[in-house]
Amino acid sequence: MTTQLAVELAYWQQSILRSVGVIAAVLLPAGTIVYLFLFKMMSFMQSRLGPNEAGPYGSMQLLAEVGKFLQKEDLIPDGADRRVFTWAPIVVVASTFVTYVVVPFGPDAWFAQIPTGIYFALAVSSLSVIGVLMAGWSSANKYSLMGGLRAAGQLIAYELPLVLAALGVVIQAGTMDMQGIVAAQRTGEIFGFGGIGNPFILTQFVGFMIFLIAMQAELTQPPFDMPVAESELVAGYMTEYSGFRFLLFFIGEYATAGAFSAIAATLFLGGWALPGLDLDNNLMNVLGPVVLLVKILLIMFLVMWFRVTYPRFREDQLQIFAWKYLIPLSLVNITATAVLKVVF
Amino acid sequence: MTAVTERQQLAYIANQAADMRVNVELETEGMTLNIGPQHPATHGTLRIIVKLDGEQVVAADPVPGYMHRGYEKLAEVRTYPQVTTLVNRIDWLGSFANEVPFILAAERLMEVEAPPRAQWIRTILFELSRIGNIALFLGDMAVQLGAVTPVFYAFRDREYVLNQIEAITGGRFHPNFDRIGGLKDDIPKGWVAETKGVLTKMRAFCDELDELLVGNEIFTARTRGVGVIPPEVGLSYGLSGANLRASGIDWDHRRDSPCGLVYDKLDWKVWTHPDGDSFARYWVRLQETREAILMLEQLLDGIPSGPIMAKVPRIIKVPAGEAYVATENPLGEMGYYVVSKGDLVPFRVKIRSASFNNISIVPWVLRGVYVPDVITILASLYFILGDIDR
Repeated sequence: MTTQLAVELAYWQQSILRSVGVIAAVLLPAGTIVYLFLFKMMSFMQSRLGPNEAGPYGSMQLLAEVGKFLQKEDLIPDGADRRVFTWAPIVVVASTFVTYVVVPFGPDAWFAQIPTGIYFALAVSSLSVIGVLMAGWSSANKYSLMGGLRAAGQLIAYELPLVLAALGVVIQAGTMDMQGIVAAQRTGEIFGFGGIGNPFILTQFVGFMIFLIAMQAELTQPPFDMPVAESELVAGYMTEYSGFRFLLFFIGEYATAGAFSAIAATLFLGGWALPGLDLDNNLMNVLGPVVLLVKILLIMFLVMWFRVTYPRFREDQLQIFAWKYLIPLSLVNITATAVLKVVF
Repeated sequence: MTAVTERQQLAYIANQAADMRVNVELETEGMTLNIGPQHPATHGTLRIIVKLDGEQVVAADPVPGYMHRGYEKLAEVRTYPQVTTLVNRIDWLGSFANEVPFILAAERLMEVEAPPRAQWIRTILFELSRIGNIALFLGDMAVQLGAVTPVFYAFRDREYVLNQIEAITGGRFHPNFDRIGGLKDDIPKGWVAETKGVLTKMRAFCDELDELLVGNEIFTARTRGVGVIPPEVGLSYGLSGANLRASGIDWDHRRDSPCGLVYDKLDWKVWTHPDGDSFARYWVRLQETREAILMLEQLLDGIPSGPIMAKVPRIIKVPAGEAYVATENPLGEMGYYVVSKGDLVPFRVKIRSASFNNISIVPWVLRGVYVPDVITILASLYFILGDIDR
């Protein structure tokens, strides 16, 4: 069926169809599930009432929140640069969804197989900084400006350990193709034992930890949430946003967490593959996304767990942590991986 | 233009040259950031004008007064029993504690003493409002540091304390319960046992925060050595309460001048910390909450029997005279200077509230710190806006 379509349609038409498909069929329901799960989990940890009490099993909370945001007036400050101001949240959300393009959901379920998939994903995921900077700059607000600049500084600092941690996986897998990385983990073996393949979390544990920490910073989640630091900068770059535009930032926050978790799940947890299943069966195109979603939820659980537990770093402490500890550690990790790769 | 003399022109040029020399090293422009009156960190309407160089504070200037309600003046047209309604709203988190020093001052002028049972219950309510007040600080400080969770716990557990206060007084926030010569009512049946259960919960709350925050590396990194107030500076700015004790000064009204309350009959200690930084202020308050729980356990076990009102005339006329009574309120020293001319209403009431003096140190302590630390230092000084502006 897919091949027939491919013959009939031009490449750009196929791409549009795939993109619309991904958003409608996978991301929105998945996002809702993720959102509900995370909100219930967080409210349980924080003893908040809403998401666990509103409606049957707390199911009405999402409607209540979206409804609240939609009711609000769409304010644009007088001094704001209107065009940049209105586009900023869209840039943030769009860049997030583009990241999903290279994530494989099954043996044939992917949107674009790019030979340098991981490179593309990491490059695109940092596009959201532009949106954040746009928002911070165009709001004509000092808190927003400080938040935007903090975000830029932070994301530059933590992009490096993130990429370096992913590099360890690339060295071990020998490919930058996301599907190839999944295959490498499926078929790999640890010291001759191949029963569960080789999920890189086992052999690249240091890389996984670095990736997780850098990811937390990229997502500007606590303890790295200086750009939005609500007690200092009111809401950072989001200060002047209200209504639906704020909601877009809000969605972007969780969707980005999901996107990074998807990358992390593919790199370190074996992606859509699960030991014990017939992985070449066509059924995996349906089961694969479910497996991947569970893995994404696992990693997002960690992200949110850190988020509700830790206080915030200070800006200088954050930079020191990145440049003095994470980056040297990830360089050591790469070197060790490369040496071991050559030896074994 | 003719008014501009040559001398002024020269001065202008000299100024420009001086500016250029300064700016040539690092060409940055100062930024004036207006924190408040509406800002999440001021939890009220305190305005702080901060001059920044990058993210470093050059000068900070607190501007209180956005919530001034004129209680000192209003007290002059209200009879003595009516004043407690007003002063409830000064430090609204520990309302009952506001009433006590005023009533004590009036009692001193009238030469009345509350019966022992009333004194014990007063002390119990005083310490309960301390726990209710400081519990919120313990959570709020974490919010200012970026950890959102503890404040939910704080609000959840403070509610138990407020319920107990409500069970006695009928008011969660504004009890209006203290009377000249005693109390409005006795404690209800079964209240003591219930309160003991609440104390267990509050102790668990303190332990939880101890594990969640005090032992956390990020919390320590953010608060240790930040906003250090040396003891002599703290004294000269008139700090009081936990802010001063965190600088190592062992001074507590409850121990040093326990007028009208029964602290001298209890076994407890005053906590101090030698460092004087934000961490010390948090730690001291945490220990004080625990100490208050210990005190309450002793208080609940030893409530004497007897009346709760002394013999006081129906219409209260306070004899002419002046009295100043200060107590150790949750935020620090709170005192009322009451001047009476033998009338139904006080002639003059001066309220010495702790927060007003505590934030007077803000320009000194904020100089040279970074913006994130501004917030944590302000949070650690712990002020209530109603207590600043009255």
